Formats: sequence, C-alpha cells, structure tokens
Amino acid sequence: MSKSSLQQTLKDLDTKKISIRELNQDYLKKIKEKENLNVFIHFSEENVLKQIDNLEKDNSAKKLKGIPIAIKDLFCTKSMPTTAASKILENFNPTYESFVTQKLLDEGSIFVGKTNLDEFAMGSATNTSFFGNTINPLSKENEPLAPGGSSGGSAAAVAADLCLGATGTDTGGSIRQPASFCGVVGIKPTYGLCSRWGITAFASSLDQAGIFSHNVEDASILLHSIAGFDQRDSTSAKVDIPNYFENLNDDLNGKTVGIPKEYSIDGTPMEISQIWEDAIKVLEKKGVKIKNISLPHTKYALPTYYIIAPAEASSNLARYDGVKYGFRSDEIDSLDEMYENTRAQGFGREVKRRILIGTYVLSAGYYDAYYLKAQKVRKLIADDFNKAFKECDFIVTPTAPSAAFPLNEKQNDPIKMYLNDVFTVPASLAGLPGISIPFGKDKNNLPLGIQILGKHFDEQQVFNAAVSLERSYE
Amino acid sequence: MKIDKNTINKIARLSRIKLDDKESEDYIKDLNSILDWVEQLNEVNTENVEPLSNISSSILPQREDISNDTNSSEEILENAPDKLEGFFAVPKVVE
Repeated sequence: MSKSSLQQTLKDLDTKKISIRELNQDYLKKIKEKENLNVFIHFSEENVLKQIDNLEKDNSAKKLKGIPIAIKDLFCTKSMPTTAASKILENFNPTYESFVTQKLLDEGSIFVGKTNLDEFAMGSATNTSFFGNTINPLSKENEPLAPGGSSGGSAAAVAADLCLGATGTDTGGSIRQPASFCGVVGIKPTYGLCSRWGITAFASSLDQAGIFSHNVEDASILLHSIAGFDQRDSTSAKVDIPNYFENLNDDLNGKTVGIPKEYSIDGTPMEISQIWEDAIKVLEKKGVKIKNISLPHTKYALPTYYIIAPAEASSNLARYDGVKYGFRSDEIDSLDEMYENTRAQGFGREVKRRILIGTYVLSAGYYDAYYLKAQKVRKLIADDFNKAFKECDFIVTPTAPSAAFPLNEKQNDPIKMYLNDVFTVPASLAGLPGISIPFGKDKNNLPLGIQILGKHFDEQQVFNAAVSLERSYE
Repeated sequence: MKIDKNTINKIARLSRIKLDDKESEDYIKDLNSILDWVEQLNEVNTENVEPLSNISSSILPQREDISNDTNSSEEILENAPDKLEGFFAVPKVVE
C-alpha cells in the first residue's frame, strides 16, 4: 500500500522539494503503467500537461496548487467529456463545470482524468459501465477483484496511487463500499453539504458528493474544499463549514459511541465481526463510552432504498431522449420510435431494470402501495437515528458485508448484489455523514472497512473518530 | 405474479424503452423477484407516519428576484444530435 499523502506533498511543494511538474509527471508515469486496471474513462496526457503549464504561469497562492486529483465521470467538466459510464452520454461535452469540480479548480488542483463507475452510478462493482470493468489494484495476477462501486474507478485510482485524492458520489454506499474494497478512506458528507449542481442525477434525494483519499487527514482537507452553499441546488445547505483539518482532534475521551445491534446480521464473515469488535476495543481504551443502541427499522432500509432510488432515477433519466444531447439511435421512423430505440440502445441492462421498476412503483394504482409506503418507512429509519444520536456522539459499524469479491461474481442475481449496501444504505436514507476507513484484513489479506456515522453536519466528529482509529491502527 | 407480459409492455411503453421478447422475459423475472422482496415493507406499521421526501434540514433561502442570463442557445445546442436554425431537430411529428 502506498504511503502517499496530500498533506506531505503540499509541504514538499511549498519547500520546493518537488515541483508541480515533477510531481505530476510521476503521476502521469504511474497512470500509464497501470492502464490495464481500466481506472479512467477519459485520460489525456496532453490535457494534464496543459494544466501544469497554466499553473506554472500562475503566481497566486492556492490551497491545492498542483495536486493531482481524479474525478468520477459523473461530474460535468468543461475540459473533459462526461459520460456517466453510459453509451447514451458517450459523446457528451458539458458546456459548464460542476460546483464541486469548479471549487477544486479554483484551489489550483490538476485533474488527471475522469474515473470509471457503474453506469449512472447504479451498481456495487463498477461492472455495469459501458466502458468495461475496473480492476481492483489489490488483485493478484489472473484473479481480478471488483473495486466495489459505483465509484470504483475513483477508489482504485487512490489505491493504485494514481492521484492524491478523488471525487466520488454516494447514493446508497457508492463511496464507502468501494473505499472499503480498495483499502482507502472514503467520506460521504451530510446530504446538502456539497452542491449537486453539475452532477449527473441518479436519485436526487440521496445523491451526495464526497472524497476518496489515502488517509483521514487528506480527506478532511479535500472535503473542506468541495463543501459549500450554492443557490443552484435547492437542497444545498447554508451552514458554516469548519476547517476540519485544523480542528482534527483524536482525543475521544468522554465521548460515547453507539453500537447498533441490528448490524450484526446472519452470514456476515467472522473476520468482519472481529474487526468491528477490535475497533470497539480500541475506542474503549481511548476512554470512549460504549453504548449499545437499537435502530429497529434497519432491516427495511434496503427494500426502502430499492423503491425510492429507482423511482427517482426513472424520473431523472427521462431527460435522455436523443433530442438535447448524447446518443440518438439511427432507427427513427417516428418521434416515439426515436425515443424508444435511443433509450433501448443507449442504456445498459441494470439501468433499464431500475427505470422499469421505478416507473412501475410510480405508476397509477401502485404509487401508494410502493413509493408512498417507502417514504413513510424512510421517515421511521431517519427517526431511529435521531433517537440514537440523543444517546451517543457517533456510531461505528462495518462498512460492507464482505471484502472485495471476484469480478462478475454477483452479476446475475440483482437482490444479492443489492445486499452489498446493507450497512451503508440506512445512513444514506437518513442523510447522515459517513466515512469508511481501512481497518484490518481478511484471511486473504484483503482490506476491510470500518464505517463511522455522525449527526447531520457533524463531519468534524466523524473525522475525529476516524483519525483516532486510524492512528491507533497504524 | 405482479408483473406479466402486459404489465411489462405497459411499463416499457411508459418508460419509452423498446424491449425485445428475450429482454421482456428477463425483466418479468427480475421485477417480480424484486417486488416480492420489497413487499416485506408491509410488515411495518406506518399509520400516522408522514412520508419523508426531503431529508435536508436546511431552510430554503430566498434570493433577490433578479434575472440573469447564464446560457446562450448556442451552448445549449452544442451537444444536440441534430439541430436546425437554432432549434433542436427531431423526426417529423405531424403529417
């Protein structure tokens, strides 16, 4: 595993131990060496060199000046195409920049490329991408493993040390699960902390941007850079963004951690229960009070999610009609034929499945039974967390029910695939911040992740607990 | 079975996605198994529970009512598969 650190690199750049050009040329070299992992949908050396040229001419001080960052190909970028890993957006060149990527550009970071993902972020293995699988960099030769998903390309980019940080999006676990699979840090902040403007929409009441990094400190620096209010996203929150990095405090003495009993589920491998116990023991040693809590509606989170997310997706993806942008079928005898053929040929199997199920649960006669019911259960799930957080400062659980699995293993049974998100979906439904940090290994030496959840907009507490666990583990 | 051939055709039509027979068969199977699985929500008593549609705890801020021009039609049309004299172009709709 690499020992790269954004924080250290910023110091090295500052003291001229390394130049922006040298730093990024190292990364270009590594990216080219690791082409076989299929981490990037779009990579252009020329584009990176141009960014280096521009920064060298720029004398102003910038917080992330020269730092190589990888961008999930769900964020609209003016300088690179944006595909959402779908054929239907294969040739889409945004004429605008997403809020999050604009913030990173303003800070002087360098975009090394656009990373692979599940098509429209729908998946847990980065295997529904139109541009092929991404391979987990921790795979042994001839035994390719999935990097998790949907932000598998970004997680892999950090794990293979092809950048010093990457953006991701998390709707039901799409940052935390791949972070766990690839042995890196991944944070999904509170819903509303980062503007969704310019992010290709999947399920708007759940989608949230976040960060992958080599360590917790780096994540705290990068999240601060991409957070903030934006009037172009009506759910964007007008809250003060603390300087997470400067405020980092690994002293947890006197804090209370909640351990939800419902997260002990049948069939979870022993090793995962073990690292969970280990993490609790570490916290106890640090003077943290252990509180057993109950989140009684946990088992209903997945079915709730798999009604709400497809319903919102079916509505959001109605825009891909072959008229305004993207792919248009050649078989266009009539307007309806054009729509139906464009969408039949432009979307992959999983995306179609979700549009169909979403359309069904929203259709006349079924709306109350499915969609409205799911929204009510969502309220109960959110209330569970509100009650629990009256008794504890943060919650600790495993991130995923398994380590990285072989590529393509879970492709055929949709429900089995959906179970990957069992520990991450409840917090998504409640809009809570969550981080996954590497914590322990399984018997095959693959990394496992611990998830820390916090109260709304209490990212600082999440980072503090994460950095404390990370430092005790190293 | 909640989803049969007629239902899948109806949903596909509403979604404007053309399905061939093989795909229809597959999706009938998938959708039925997913719907059977989500039906466990019926165990939950949701009487008097308000549906949650927006988790955001922030209040919508107001802004000054000032118009601004952010996109030119040229930019909007830039990615169009087919365009004509400043408009999106589609197959003929009326005879």
